[in-house]
Amino acid sequence: MDDTVSLKARAAHGASRLAPGPQGKKPRPMFSPRNIMIYGALIFAAAYYLLPLYVMMVTSLKGMPEIRLGNIFSPPLEITFEPWVKAWSSACTGLNCDGLSRGFWNSVRITIPSTIVSIAIASVNGYALANWRFKGADLFFTILIVGAFIPYQVMIYPIVIVLREMGLYGSLTGLIIVHTIFGMPILTLLFRNYFSSLPEELFKAARIDGAGFWTIYFKIMLPMSLPIFVVAMILQITGIWNDFLFGVVFTRPEYYPMTVQLNNIVNSVQGVKEYNVNMAATILTGAVPLIVYFVSGRLFVRGIAAGAVKG
Amino acid sequence: MTGQAYAGRPNQLLRNLHSKIASIPMILTAVVIFLGGTLWTVFYSFTNSKLLPRLSFVGLDQYERLWAAPRWLVSIENLAIYGFFSLIFSLVIGFVLAALMDQKIRFENAFRTIFLYPFALSFIVTGLVWQWVLNPEFGVQSVVRSLGWTSFTFDPLYNQSIVIYGILIAALWQGTGLVMCLMLAGLRGIDEDIWKASRVDGIPMWKTYLFIIIPMMRAVFITTLVIIASGIVRVYDLVVAQTSGGPGIASEVPAKYVYDYMFQAQNLGQGFAASTMMLITVAIIIVPWAYLEFGGRKRG
Repeated sequence: MDDTVSLKARAAHGASRLAPGPQGKKPRPMFSPRNIMIYGALIFAAAYYLLPLYVMMVTSLKGMPEIRLGNIFSPPLEITFEPWVKAWSSACTGLNCDGLSRGFWNSVRITIPSTIVSIAIASVNGYALANWRFKGADLFFTILIVGAFIPYQVMIYPIVIVLREMGLYGSLTGLIIVHTIFGMPILTLLFRNYFSSLPEELFKAARIDGAGFWTIYFKIMLPMSLPIFVVAMILQITGIWNDFLFGVVFTRPEYYPMTVQLNNIVNSVQGVKEYNVNMAATILTGAVPLIVYFVSGRLFVRGIAAGAVKG
Repeated sequence: MTGQAYAGRPNQLLRNLHSKIASIPMILTAVVIFLGGTLWTVFYSFTNSKLLPRLSFVGLDQYERLWAAPRWLVSIENLAIYGFFSLIFSLVIGFVLAALMDQKIRFENAFRTIFLYPFALSFIVTGLVWQWVLNPEFGVQSVVRSLGWTSFTFDPLYNQSIVIYGILIAALWQGTGLVMCLMLAGLRGIDEDIWKASRVDGIPMWKTYLFIIIPMMRAVFITTLVIIASGIVRVYDLVVAQTSGGPGIASEVPAKYVYDYMFQAQNLGQGFAASTMMLITVAIIIVPWAYLEFGGRKRG
């Protein structure tokens, strides 16, 4: 893979010259006009992408008087962590004044079970579709994939009714079910494609040895597929943590996840706007997916690309 | 193929039984929620349900009311503007960044990490950050003014006629990293011989990209287009966080219209009609794509 890349890049580099000349590495000056242009453009773009993060950071470390006087790009003269403390424990939403901590723990209580349940169900679905396809299975799978493109707004109200009938509307369990439902298309696709790519001989050998559906799943497929489970986990943790719509629609205020709590704090109309507290709260809410992103690196890319790769 | 292993069983229903039991959640989701829920919503959009769904049919009344509502028309116009520019800009910026990243540069991983990190953040976080950066009193406008250009005006979030572009800026910041990643994967999939051939022929690099590489990446472009487009129709959280639809109704979007009518105005019929219109919009995007992509050949 790396060889192809370097070959192609060399070819690309040579494209501006007509005669290839002698083979082998050409000495390239680091500061050629071409390099300056490429790196210049990339660094400019990187600065644009990093700017909001920087602004959030410096704003959250300033006191309010300094914010009113200075500009948003200047680094703090006096660093204070008070906004962070306030954002976490005592910022008001209009309903209550215990800050983001309440939303944080709600989000933890929502994200962990939703991630586990949705992955457990979707991985078994994917396994059944890849190795034990029954008549009509492809039809259901097609409906599932097409359903992934239907706007949530179309299906929200019927789900409200179903959950209400089951007595789960407004509860954490209800929200976990909703996350499982809407995570299912992408996760099932992910697992189906992965299990299909495993060598079939493995499955056949286990069948000949008399292993059944669940034995093969737990003893052979599961241990072989840890990387794809990690990819699915990254996808679900960031997705569920970042959810806002389902949190508003399907839970009562005491279960509101962190994103909803954050929006209520920042956009609440009462009181004086404390921009430093708002920005500290925003960073705190973004911290979990950001940490997942920075730790997981390439796996994150693989997870989001999974949505783009067709089966 | 594996079904044949069970061919001796007499009862068709019991064949592959474990697999069927294990697939019950998927079948229920597909049939009851995705198919049933969608049909239910479309069906009830022809009723005059208010607080609770009721079966009293009023024909197309809800749709007539919808298309006469100024707020819905503003929503549709915003979605069109936002959708058009967000498609163009994310494809162009995403492709240019990917092409730059494909020049065998150093620190590729660092650059990719930087371009993609906003995608890990929620729309709520994105909206609130940009609300602050674009704040006219403290943000970009005041910084430029303090540099001496005192008449400089840049207050998209407080100006009805350009507020949707303020949202567009935030959305592009959040989403272009993903497009860049998809494009980069597409570029890496191009055969190196193409580049060799174009070098032998002495074709300039920009021409190679424009007339050879991009047409070859048709599939990647279409997939990316579908992903961006279905995201555009859904845009909701970003608007709620950044402007709450304001100033006035200037930055309303269809998804917000649906939510407000279903859960706040308690006018379910309007909400159902509006969400059915969203469904039609998506169908217009998805059906031709699905036909091109999957029609004709059976997948197995």
